[in-house]
Amino acid sequence: MIGGLFIYNHKGEVLISRVYRDDIGRNAVDAFRVNVIHARQQVRSPVNNIARTSFFHVKRSNIWLAAVTKQNVNAAMVFEFLYKMCDVMTAYFGKISEENIKNNFVLIYELLDEILDFGYPQNSETGALKTFITQQGIKSQHHTKEEQSQITSQVTGQIGWRREGIKYRRNELFLDVLESVNLLMSPQGQVLSAHVSGRVVMKSYLSGMPECKFGMNDKIIIDKQGKGGTTTTDEAGKSSGKQAIAIDDCTFHQCVRLSKFDTERSISFIPPDGEYELMRYRTTKDIILPFRVIPLVREVGRTKLEVKVVIKSNFKPSLLAQKIEVRIPTPLNTSGVQVICMKGKAKYKASENAIVWKIKRMAGMKESQISAEIELLPTNDKKKWARPPISMNFEVPFAPSGLKVRYLKVFEPKLNYSDHDVIKWVRYIGRSGIYETRC
Amino acid sequence: MPAVSKGDGMRGLAVFISDIRNCKSKEAEIKRINKELANIRSKFKGDKALDGYSKKKYVCKLLFIFLLGHDIDFGHMEAVNLLSSNKYTEKQIGYLFISVLVNSNSELIRLINNAIKNDLSSRNPTFMCLALHCIANVGSREMAEAFAGEIPRILVAGDTMDSVKQSAALCLLRLYKTCPDLVLMGEWTSRVVHLLNDQHMGVVTAAISLITCLSQKNPDEFKTCVSLAVSRLSRIVSSASTDLQDYTYYFVPAPWLSCKLLRLLQCYPPPEDGAVKGRLVECLETILNKAQEPPKSKKVQHSNAKNAILFEAIALIIHYDSEPNLLVRACNQLGQFLQHRETNLRYLALESMCTLASSEFSHEAVKTHIETVINALKTERDVSVRQRAADLLYAMCDRSNAKQIVAEMLSYLETADYSIREEMVLKVAILAEKYAVDYSWYVDTILNLIRIAGDYVSEEVWYRVIQIVINRDDVQGYAAKTVFEALQAPACHENMVKVGGYILGEFGNLIAGDPRSSPLVQFNLLHSKFHLCSVPTRALLLSAYIKFINLFPETKSTIQEVLRCDSQIRNSDVELQQRAVEYLKLSSIASTDVLATVLEEMPPFPERESSILAKLKKKKGPGAVSVELEDGKREGGELNGGGERGDTPAMSASNASTPSPSADLLGLRPAPAVGSAPPSVGSLLVDVFSEGPAAASAGVNDDGFLSGRDLEQPPETSDALLAEGPGDSDSAPPPAASEEPAPPLPEAEDLLNKFVCKNNGVLFENQLLQIGIKSEYRQNLGRMYLFYGNKTSVQFVSFSTAVSCPGELPTQLNLQTKTVEPLIEGGAQVQQVVNIECLTDFIDAPLLNIKFRYGGALQNITLKLPVTINKFFQPTEMVSQEFFQRWKQLSQPQQEAQKIFKSGHGIDTEVVKAKLLGLGTALLENVDPNPENFVCAGVIQTKGQQVGCLLRLEPNAQAQMYRLTLRSSKDTVSKRICDLLSEQF
Repeated sequence: MIGGLFIYNHKGEVLISRVYRDDIGRNAVDAFRVNVIHARQQVRSPVNNIARTSFFHVKRSNIWLAAVTKQNVNAAMVFEFLYKMCDVMTAYFGKISEENIKNNFVLIYELLDEILDFGYPQNSETGALKTFITQQGIKSQHHTKEEQSQITSQVTGQIGWRREGIKYRRNELFLDVLESVNLLMSPQGQVLSAHVSGRVVMKSYLSGMPECKFGMNDKIIIDKQGKGGTTTTDEAGKSSGKQAIAIDDCTFHQCVRLSKFDTERSISFIPPDGEYELMRYRTTKDIILPFRVIPLVREVGRTKLEVKVVIKSNFKPSLLAQKIEVRIPTPLNTSGVQVICMKGKAKYKASENAIVWKIKRMAGMKESQISAEIELLPTNDKKKWARPPISMNFEVPFAPSGLKVRYLKVFEPKLNYSDHDVIKWVRYIGRSGIYETRC
Repeated sequence: MPAVSKGDGMRGLAVFISDIRNCKSKEAEIKRINKELANIRSKFKGDKALDGYSKKKYVCKLLFIFLLGHDIDFGHMEAVNLLSSNKYTEKQIGYLFISVLVNSNSELIRLINNAIKNDLSSRNPTFMCLALHCIANVGSREMAEAFAGEIPRILVAGDTMDSVKQSAALCLLRLYKTCPDLVLMGEWTSRVVHLLNDQHMGVVTAAISLITCLSQKNPDEFKTCVSLAVSRLSRIVSSASTDLQDYTYYFVPAPWLSCKLLRLLQCYPPPEDGAVKGRLVECLETILNKAQEPPKSKKVQHSNAKNAILFEAIALIIHYDSEPNLLVRACNQLGQFLQHRETNLRYLALESMCTLASSEFSHEAVKTHIETVINALKTERDVSVRQRAADLLYAMCDRSNAKQIVAEMLSYLETADYSIREEMVLKVAILAEKYAVDYSWYVDTILNLIRIAGDYVSEEVWYRVIQIVINRDDVQGYAAKTVFEALQAPACHENMVKVGGYILGEFGNLIAGDPRSSPLVQFNLLHSKFHLCSVPTRALLLSAYIKFINLFPETKSTIQEVLRCDSQIRNSDVELQQRAVEYLKLSSIASTDVLATVLEEMPPFPERESSILAKLKKKKGPGAVSVELEDGKREGGELNGGGERGDTPAMSASNASTPSPSADLLGLRPAPAVGSAPPSVGSLLVDVFSEGPAAASAGVNDDGFLSGRDLEQPPETSDALLAEGPGDSDSAPPPAASEEPAPPLPEAEDLLNKFVCKNNGVLFENQLLQIGIKSEYRQNLGRMYLFYGNKTSVQFVSFSTAVSCPGELPTQLNLQTKTVEPLIEGGAQVQQVVNIECLTDFIDAPLLNIKFRYGGALQNITLKLPVTINKFFQPTEMVSQEFFQRWKQLSQPQQEAQKIFKSGHGIDTEVVKAKLLGLGTALLENVDPNPENFVCAGVIQTKGQQVGCLLRLEPNAQAQMYRLTLRSSKDTVSKRICDLLSEQF
């Protein structure tokens, strides 16, 4: 169980300190600062054990969040909590920065009291929290006794994430499929590792207590339906099989009925109000790689290096990729760089030891190229340059995993709107995760 | 970029540094540095040559980046270029970069060395100094190799500037410290020593550091420096404070030089030349006098400088230890400092006094400050000063003030810092023992010690108090009373319970007369603490209980009840359980006499070095030991502990070689030496108890009770008790307690078999006793010589032997023995003759029972005498035909005995032959058609009849089997010999 939670700024000054259990002393705050934030060597491990006390930390820009415990806790649980904590804070006051934390520290303490009780994580659903922890302060006339008791019964009830009696004039639904594609490729173009981690984020503005059902082209679901359905022909089964994707593992928001998923593989739920993450998944097979990077590095003597990089877009020509950035690392003894590129802008960034090539937009099935001459300063170090991989960033309007939303049905038996009345928006965004090619 | 002014300001560097300092995060800092590095690289790479100023600036930046912890792998060349610049600042930065960044195996080292050489040979003193500083800063072996020859020349050259000389001396010192083998002074020695006469004080100060270091290595070569140093010192000391101009520091003339001179003198014994010595004494007196003068300045630097010289002077006085007058003055001077405002001065005064206290001249003088020191111990705020005060109290303690000091230390102990408590406890324990005039005071002190600081009282301390109480009759009663009273406190420390348990177990009877401390009260008191104690203490208490049964028979039932209860007899701890079971049995079976013997009072411990002292020495390291030794030397035989020191090695040696007989309750089985016992439980206990009464008393006496020994080897003891008894281990009576002859050893049968085919040898041997046998037989008569050898150094008393014939043997065998002397001296051997007459054939062997007391413990051993029927064989020679004729005659089934058995040792014809001859029969050659087979014939001579006996042994080498066939005129004989013989192969 979490014994305490601290938030530090980049200098290691304590912004928030909340201790939940007696076994965590005041010196724990300093121990983390001295041994992790101010450590001589950069501390890579997110879990540190200092004097029999475990510190779990995550960093958001310059802010350190550290959970402390003396017990043998489930580390995954602690990190899940820390991430949730970040989400909650972002939902309340936007970006997590020193400034924002200082401005909202009363709110943060209030939140900490609510989402962690004696070290045990509680309801961390932003929607639910917002009903009783408000930034403006609670005005007493708005919250009558009934309302307060309603909050209690809702928070402690079966559907803690949604309150009753929500009404919208327009019932709307936004569905975002956000994926990040990770790749490591050899110089010869061989895929060494690739996977996609995706999230389905939903924003719902629906009245009442609607029951939703979400369908996608998951292989197992489709196979099951194919078997169950009597009318599908072999051909249809094949074609749907082609489009179906194999999901390696997935996790759902607490509103999804897992028992139904286990038995029927159907995703049905009563959604929370507002924005939330419906599911997270990972795929490793049949990934569409939006870009191919072809590097060519030639060392000309001891003092010169010639680099040529070609990128090829590999998707439908009608689609446009955005925010493309190729980062070509340069040796540590670089003394000068000349760059020529056909498209976009390229610049040698000395502070990052890399050539950064930026292209705003690029359509599918195109290619572009950059060439650079790098001058080197001879050093007395015999160490050879390690040649770090070329990395790439981009954003494409499709899901690299191939995931497709097949349907999202809404049923609200008590109110008089049907599935057709709901306005639904679906959007796919594929981003690069760690997208690297060795050179 | 703003135009950079071409001054020495290096604005670019300042901007860069302030940029770095303004960085918000580590990442930002790294980015800024990467950017700067790229900039510098492009500058260095650039085609147009950089001017000296830019080079200097960029090298400075690189240096700064390196000092921030980043790797720098370029710029070395530029730095080396800077070395050849003529501008001081550029050269300086170049040297700085090189002394910080260049490692010794770089290729550049040749270039650098060249540049240094140029600077050294230049006439410019600042450049020479820079070069020397660089050599000293790098201080590597390569530097020493390159320049160790050059620097002494610069040092002693007449035209070298003073400032260069200083640098050269210090540089040489540095090189000497890295590689003493490369810096050879040889020819320069006398000229270096004469630097002490140099006009320039700075040169003298630098040179003296070098000389001190060199003279520590070879004092003889630099002996001449003593007189020079003394004259220099006297010139400084006698000079007026204004004479030395620059070298007067807050009205003190050349304080650093004075201190160094005094320290140099501490490397040598007092000067033999009277004049020099007189001058030196004069100097020291002047220094002491000056210390008395009112300060010329209120500034702290003034007093610091003065005191520094004073303390060095006192250190020198203590080092010489030959001027009583000076020693006493020094002591008085330090006495003044004891109450000084300055904490540091108080600390130094106490520390110096500690060494003064060990000098015979000043010991008395130190003692006069006792009140102040005690006060310091109590009121001082700084823990390190308190520690010194405690040390000094310990050092100044002697018989006259011991009581006071020990009392003070005890009272301080209650509030002492945790870090020094254990040491304090040891010191109190040692002082109390060393200077104890009356041992009741000692006992009080130690018990107080346990009461006050029980947690810090180490095992050694309470072992020691027990050793002393046991060794001193006069204090035993008092100790018992005091311990009893101390135990009545509602909460007392476990160590107190240990001491209490031991002492009441031994001497509880001395206070049993008082109804307030009647046996039962004592027992209940001890037992009330039992459940709060750890396992070793409980074990000790159990032993105390069994001692109680002996001391006070009226408590027997109560104690047996306690032992019998499940928490003891079924305790999960095997040691406690074993003790409970053994003690319970012992108490219920043994008679009071036996109990009294078994549970006798512990014999006195041999006098030896206090284990506490050893522990303190270990704690304080070798330095303390020497103090301790000096201490011993000074106090001589006056100390209680003084006489005990000498015999320590001897004692421990004898302990190592004397195997402990007590490991085995009966002393019957060879016991492993104590030293090899598993050190599991009682490794500390070994220290105190093992060499104690081991040599003096045997077996059960001390083993049964208390001492650490049975803690050390529980497996042995339990085996001895449970396995050695005959029959059921359940009903095993404690064999030790029995006056009846013990049953024969389990191995007696084997011993018997050993002697079937031979007449002489060692019958039995254990830790104490060896029994040898020599025997001869003719016809039906035999004579046996038994030799009893005492293997220990202690005499056996009430030694008696008895030969008995069990069963119907008396009708078959006639034995006559002579009695032996009841006393066998240590290492001696006695002989006993047994005459044997065989009346008729027999099966059993007669028994030999040996009883004696070793160190008060009864030893009882029973063996089988190796008298077997085959001893009376008369060999008979016959030829093949005759043999087979007789063989056929003895063809009745009962006349023949046959055995087929596996060879025990492999089949070796010669061995078999020897054995068959040893049996007493004649070995008949060429009788059996199969030459592999052995045939023998013989006649057994008894008084009543003769029994002819034929033997045939058929070996089967393949199967490693024998078939033995015996035919004789008497069936019992056939059978017996067959049995005996089959065991032999």
